[in-house]
Amino acid sequence: MTAYEITDHQYDVVVVGAGGAGLRATLGMAASGLKTACISKVFPTRSHTVAAQGGIGAALNNMGEGDNWQFHMYDTVKGSDWLGDQDAIEYMCRNAIPAVIELENYGVPFSRTEEGKIYQRPFGGHTLDHGKSMARRACAAADRTGHAILHTLYQQCLKYAAHFHIEYYVLDLLMTDAGECAGVIALCMEDGRLHRFWGQQTVLATGGYGRVYFSCTSAHTCTGDGNAMALRAGLPLQDMEFVQFHPTGVYGAGVLITEGARGEGGYLTNSEGERFMERFAPTAKDLASRDVVSRAMTIEINEGRGVGPNKDHIMLHLEHIDPDTLHVRLPGITETARIFCGVDVTREPIPVLPTVHYNMGGIPTNYHGEVLSPTDGDENAVVPGLMAIGEAACVSVHGANRLGTNSLLDIVVFGRAAAHRASETVTAGAAVAKAPQSATDKALDRFDRMRHANGSESVAQLRLDMQHAMQRHAAVFRSSESLSTGVQSMDKIASRMGQLGVADKSLIWNTDLIEALELDNLMGQALVTIRSADQRQESRGAHAHEDWPERDDENWMKHTVMWLDENNKSKLAYRKVAMNTLSNDVAPIPPAQRVY
Amino acid sequence: MAKFKLPKNSTLTKGVTHKADSAAQNVKTFEIYRWSPDDDANPRIDSFEVDLDRCGPMVLDALIKIKSEQDSSLTFRRSCREGICGSCSMNIDGTNTLACLKSIDDVKGTVKIYPLPHMPVVKDLVPDLSQPYRQLTSIEPWLKSETAPANGEERRQSPAEREKLDGLWECVLCFSCSTACPSYWWNSDEYLGPAVLLQAYRWIADSRDDHKAERLEALDDSFALYRCHTIMNCAKTCPKGLNPGKAIASIKSEMAQR
Ligand SMILES: Cc1cc2nc3c(=O)[nH]c(=O)nc-3n(C[C@H](O)[C@H](O)[C@H](O)COP(=O)(O)OP(=O)(O)OC[C@H]3O[C@@H](n4cnc5c(N)ncnc54)[C@H](O)[C@@H]3O)c2cc1C
Ligand code: SF4
Ligand code: FES
Repeated sequence: MTAYEITDHQYDVVVVGAGGAGLRATLGMAASGLKTACISKVFPTRSHTVAAQGGIGAALNNMGEGDNWQFHMYDTVKGSDWLGDQDAIEYMCRNAIPAVIELENYGVPFSRTEEGKIYQRPFGGHTLDHGKSMARRACAAADRTGHAILHTLYQQCLKYAAHFHIEYYVLDLLMTDAGECAGVIALCMEDGRLHRFWGQQTVLATGGYGRVYFSCTSAHTCTGDGNAMALRAGLPLQDMEFVQFHPTGVYGAGVLITEGARGEGGYLTNSEGERFMERFAPTAKDLASRDVVSRAMTIEINEGRGVGPNKDHIMLHLEHIDPDTLHVRLPGITETARIFCGVDVTREPIPVLPTVHYNMGGIPTNYHGEVLSPTDGDENAVVPGLMAIGEAACVSVHGANRLGTNSLLDIVVFGRAAAHRASETVTAGAAVAKAPQSATDKALDRFDRMRHANGSESVAQLRLDMQHAMQRHAAVFRSSESLSTGVQSMDKIASRMGQLGVADKSLIWNTDLIEALELDNLMGQALVTIRSADQRQESRGAHAHEDWPERDDENWMKHTVMWLDENNKSKLAYRKVAMNTLSNDVAPIPPAQRVY
Repeated sequence: MAKFKLPKNSTLTKGVTHKADSAAQNVKTFEIYRWSPDDDANPRIDSFEVDLDRCGPMVLDALIKIKSEQDSSLTFRRSCREGICGSCSMNIDGTNTLACLKSIDDVKGTVKIYPLPHMPVVKDLVPDLSQPYRQLTSIEPWLKSETAPANGEERRQSPAEREKLDGLWECVLCFSCSTACPSYWWNSDEYLGPAVLLQAYRWIADSRDDHKAERLEALDDSFALYRCHTIMNCAKTCPKGLNPGKAIASIKSEMAQR
């Protein structure tokens, strides 16, 4: 092993990730007087949260329709297909209101109603009074809500002088022998030096892993590094079979057209010009839940009613909407459609296709953000010193299918919750447990293996093969056959990691090496995703299984929990879904048929 | 004092040529600036022939294809690939822009790609942006207000007041504008540059902010603000269609009205 010089840093809290989740946590922790480091592989405002478009959900009732957080909670539980934990969902929907008001108070440039309040628009699956009519609940800053929120949170972190370590690539968690997290080890990309960040609490806010698939709306940097670090630390991931396909990714380019476009009146048609969603969801129509719309589109295409020479996509119409509305409410997607498919939305429809968009699964946590690692006696056992928040985490508030606007909400509410928890559990300046040298050696061993990899497989080719396999075998519809073939083909692809070659041998801004490390991270998550999907014999939310078309609450209303060891062997367990609420202000919502 | 920031080894040499597959029908050449801090070699220009029939439409697609298939050591920043994260700013065909929004077809002939001008280069197309980031922090770009509504509601802002922020808040901090500005090239240690001044005006223009006077006061410096000579390269180059020059003019006029 190469002998590296390592710089050590001592903090109260170490946050990995500067997206919405990481920044909201950093801000709260720094403001409460804890010495807080925030580490990110990209400059904070370049994190993927910046791409979020449509809005953040909160029952502010600014549109005066009688909305309340209990309705929001009902929609979220129903959207999750009863796999979401109801205690956490209550926590999120209730705290949505103060959390969004706080964002406004921090300076987010929300669009406004005539009264000067935050503007809210309709979004898929958000209803009033348990599905009676569509609710306007998505708080929006035009169609650039993520940009507005992320920049504002970064500005607030500057105000509280949080310590940023930017363009540092975190390699691994540093765990003590007792299974406690003591910090992380990272590579400074600019000068190639290694750093250890020790803290009483480490927070993973590393985002999703959309790049496991070939066609996704996520950024190139969405490689789920934190999830993979958890796996390497011997911790499990939860509900990884649930991958959300967004109905309206731009055909070809994969970039997103927000559901807010349908919220403002847009609709979908097939090759016959039919508004087919009226058949699949008579009440909510084009604003049914995402899994429902994506399945409907896939059925239309599979039955020969797709549009275009290859009959392989669907049309999204906005041309009937008042151009002023498009200009004020949807300027971003107007520009996106022009640049990425040459479409003038005031005249022509946009070609779209269901595209991988969001990972419901991730690192299991409770609603304080504390990471759970089930043991034989205790399925809710907490991993000391470790939290996970945002898309990396599985609290689980999204269950089997996330509602639009609930992710920006999730990152802000649980970023805030993690900060509240840390201010109770972490003592400023107190001693930090150190992990043994073997923890550092283990991380460096992997780092060296990648750095000196000189096999014949290129990172790009192996990544492409993985992405195609996942796209083919774990798509909108799955079957026993597609999944078992997928498991085998992913095993083969993963076994080629040993023949990887990294050409750039430099330590400075070596993106060849970083992409190899990211591929290694993606590979583990791909295995866990397809194996988790293969074992779930039912259809629920985003997991639509052709051989098991019904939801099976008796046998399958439970979270999948999966570990993966260094030889790619997995271990499977289950956790109960929390059916209890936190307070008496709302009753648990019993499972029911999901009709929109 | 004006400081010239020419790279250590400023003479460009000709580098390697990577041929396209012989079967390729629709080939375009990309000439790309390469420099690595690891050796003492001068910066060089490598040529890459790319088969456009097997490449996405944007310059970023070509860069990724080159990195995947021809030279995996080619180094550049990228993330969102849709023009919203601001990572992939570089000089393409003589203009600073975002590679993911720049269509290959828009460039006649060879596509020449350099890092953002007049910034220290870390490696290849990756510039060191720590100076503009520091300048951004220096203007205290956060809402300053002592008047948050006590009843747990949002601050009110009329649609008309909110509209004043349009064209300002959408900035993606790509610094294409600042690095296209001759005044910034020669005075970047004192002049804040168009990107940061646009941010400064974003807060001056926000009806919710109570510290307008203080913000204007802080900018009232012959270098920080008045080095703008309305050359307007900033507005011409901004890949998001924003107009920092106009924001600077607005600051000056607010200043004059004090
Ligand atoms: C196009 C698009 C539109 C969307 N629109 C909406 C919407 O309208 N409403 C909604 O609710 N949701 C929306 N979403 C979903 C939502 O944006 C994301 O789920 C959410 O922003 C994730 O935030 P995060 O903070 O968890 O992660 P991210 O924003 O992805 O941040 C991850 C952070 O971790 C850092 N990081 C990762 N790995 C490492 C490492 N190894 N070392 C150091 N740092 C690391 C990164 O640098 C980054 O700072 C959208 C998603 C997409 C793709
Ligand atoms: S104003 Fe335009 S060019 Fe300048 S930093 Fe912002 S987005 Fe980039
Ligand atoms: S990759 Fe994000 S702006 Fe180009």
